[in-house]
Amino acid sequence: MKEPIIEFKDFTFQYFSQAEPTLHHIDLTIYKGEKVLIVGPSGSGKSTLGHCINGLIPFSYRGEITGSVTVGGLDTKEAGIFALSRKVGTVLQDSDGQFVGLSVGEDIAFSLENDCVPQAEMKKTVREVADLMDMGQLLKSSPYELSGGQKQRVAFAGVMVNQVETLLFDEPLANLDPATGKVAIDLIDRIAREYHKTVVIIEHRLEDVLYRRVDRVIVMSDGRVAADMTPDELMAAGILPRLGIREPLYVTALKYAGIPITPELHAGRLETLELDAVREPLLRWHQSRQPRKSAPEKPPILTVKDLNFQYDRKRKILKDVSFAIREGEMVSIVGTNGAGKSTLAKVICGFVKESSGDIFFREESLRGSTIKERSLRIGYVMQNPNQMICKSMIYDEVAMGLRNRGVDEDTVREKVEKALKICGLAPFKKWPVSALSFGQKKRVTIASILVMEPQILILDEPTAGQDYLHYTEIMEFLKSLNDQGVTILMITHDMHLMLEYTPHAIVISDGRKIGDSTAVDILTNPEIAARASLKLTSLYELASMAGIPEPGTFVQNFIDYEREVVRREG
Amino acid sequence: MKDKIFDYVERDNWVFKLSGLTKLLCFLILSASVMFTYDIRSILLIMVLSFTVLRLSGITFSQIKVMLWAVVIFLGMNFVLTYLFNPTYGVEIYGTCHELFRFSSRYTVTQEQLLYQISKFAKYASVIPLGMLFLLTTNPSEFAASLNGVRVSYKAAFALALTLRYFPDTIRNYNDIAVAQQSRGLDLSKKEKLGTRIKNVMNICIPLIFSTLDRVDVVSNAMDLRGFGKHKKRTWYAATPMGRNDYICIGVCAAILAAVLIVTAFVNHGRFWNPFI
Repeated sequence: MKEPIIEFKDFTFQYFSQAEPTLHHIDLTIYKGEKVLIVGPSGSGKSTLGHCINGLIPFSYRGEITGSVTVGGLDTKEAGIFALSRKVGTVLQDSDGQFVGLSVGEDIAFSLENDCVPQAEMKKTVREVADLMDMGQLLKSSPYELSGGQKQRVAFAGVMVNQVETLLFDEPLANLDPATGKVAIDLIDRIAREYHKTVVIIEHRLEDVLYRRVDRVIVMSDGRVAADMTPDELMAAGILPRLGIREPLYVTALKYAGIPITPELHAGRLETLELDAVREPLLRWHQSRQPRKSAPEKPPILTVKDLNFQYDRKRKILKDVSFAIREGEMVSIVGTNGAGKSTLAKVICGFVKESSGDIFFREESLRGSTIKERSLRIGYVMQNPNQMICKSMIYDEVAMGLRNRGVDEDTVREKVEKALKICGLAPFKKWPVSALSFGQKKRVTIASILVMEPQILILDEPTAGQDYLHYTEIMEFLKSLNDQGVTILMITHDMHLMLEYTPHAIVISDGRKIGDSTAVDILTNPEIAARASLKLTSLYELASMAGIPEPGTFVQNFIDYEREVVRREG
Repeated sequence: MKDKIFDYVERDNWVFKLSGLTKLLCFLILSASVMFTYDIRSILLIMVLSFTVLRLSGITFSQIKVMLWAVVIFLGMNFVLTYLFNPTYGVEIYGTCHELFRFSSRYTVTQEQLLYQISKFAKYASVIPLGMLFLLTTNPSEFAASLNGVRVSYKAAFALALTLRYFPDTIRNYNDIAVAQQSRGLDLSKKEKLGTRIKNVMNICIPLIFSTLDRVDVVSNAMDLRGFGKHKKRTWYAATPMGRNDYICIGVCAAILAAVLIVTAFVNHGRFWNPFI
């Protein structure tokens, strides 16, 4: 008999600050030893559901509760967060923010310290758990010396020391590059199996989590449980796109090829897919597609030549990087965390000065030109809009750049209105920034750069932390800007984004350019993918597994088909 | 990019191994001694001691370069201003007047003034290496643990360690925001008027505050979830018990303080050593 470990019974929750309940009548049971994935678009209540399991609700976030949640036999209303932290270990999304210690060892020991465990015993436990996570060599390292993946392992170790029976992961993939994310999913899977833990993963990147076995997927929508079934059944149900969640790309490809998805197809994971049933129709679809003709090439607008950069004598961040971006292109710059992508953008914008090499805007060298001068041509949008917004009113925020330049107020008004209109913010002209959602704030920051009419726009992780709906919204918006002639460079981790939107991709690894080609070429090149910690797209894997010759062309066909047929219909 | 000023780099030697509390106590005792006395012999003795320990600790010049320059400039200005404001203060203190030469009728240079100013200079110059030693050789977590060891509330002690943990993040964040705002035409250079510059810095601080508040939320959740504040006490991973060396160091410093006090009371009969009588 299965033993329930987390039980929601007719549970409704409303934050005091909100007018409507965030969760409505949730009935949900998670059993001991299960591995459950909770997916849902932003605002669906999936994070709130997580907060109810680990006790942050009602401990830190107050609100009105009806019904009950029990975790390991404790009612969360009465148990308190400390008692619950013995049952559920939570790994938060922001692996840097939750690193509270000054070294790996200290951070892992944090909850033991709070439990008054004697030092000798504490050091022993920390060592054991650190070894388990392959972090034993790094006990004395400070958070600044660690990569995102390593920080996440530290957070993971920090909850494992408590011998909790349930592990809760809140968007574990959000800050990781694709390959590191894959390793993280593997690690979670291994720990769950070896130590018989119950695992709950909250994530909107469905396909990446389903890379390893998951027992059940719970789909949240508008604060309710919209589906609760096995991955195989979920794929067959075909409800994901309607709920604003991206289904795995290989499943979409099967659908394009006219293959009906049934639970018997085992489409929950690519590895379990019944290949024999899909091979023929896939091949037929593939052969029916005509390759699209490529557009004529325009002259380069930004040329980087033998660029080197270093902060100090010890470590070179950029090594002999050269590339050319053509006018009107949409380009992604990809690579691992710390590979030098952001530094490259900073050098181009003049925030830091290159050690050697040259950057050209059309034919003119940018050497010696200041941040201000470059900003007339190149706009830079930071990842986190909160890092950019400094005015309380939307209009003022967007107008700031022009006003700083001393542009007269009539021209300012005209240009701001135009920028707001392009960004779909015209109705909010007189609103305060605080009333906007995250995605809308992102648009405000883009508008505040666009208003200065740069010919090149550089965006750092434009879709980080966005669900499929907002992702599509932002990217379609950028695409429309691109269609209007703005050259766009994006620093990104998102392989789907690169494949779907940027025909041209540049790969940076350890400060060097190791790839510069079409996105499809890059994402179907196992060697580059391995070196730059990229992940081959599942489309490529599907094509290879199904024995389609030239799997790269298959991927290109998929992208073209999606652009031409599906988006147009939508 | 790390912020070099507050960078704690661990080294394996006895200075680093001392408890943070010992270092704080020694710093306070020696500073008190040196601030109390104007006897240049005692001051020089402590100065030699503090530079020796700085050397022994293995702190490299590059680590303290920035701080050192700031201190030298400050002390130089202090030296000049002291003289400009009161060129005869030495004469008042020591009660004699041995003139060496004069710039003008008001600005004379006397041996007394020189002794007074050099003593004062040496006072600062001997405290500063001690301060640097304390800052650069103390592991903040270990220090928090020792503070808690002497009955400081562990929440307060931990807050201190946490501040140091996130300080470099905040600096980096500030720099990122600053360059992004400069590209929108905010001028922080000296070309701009001071008033505008201050206003422009404010424009960077607002996003900084908002993104820091986001951070605070995450950190406090992470701490709650891992049981911070559960009990009245907590243990410390980084705590080091007081050892023999700690007691020796505190003993030596206490002895120096006692010696200074004895010299003041029985030899100099006052805070000043007067070689002019």
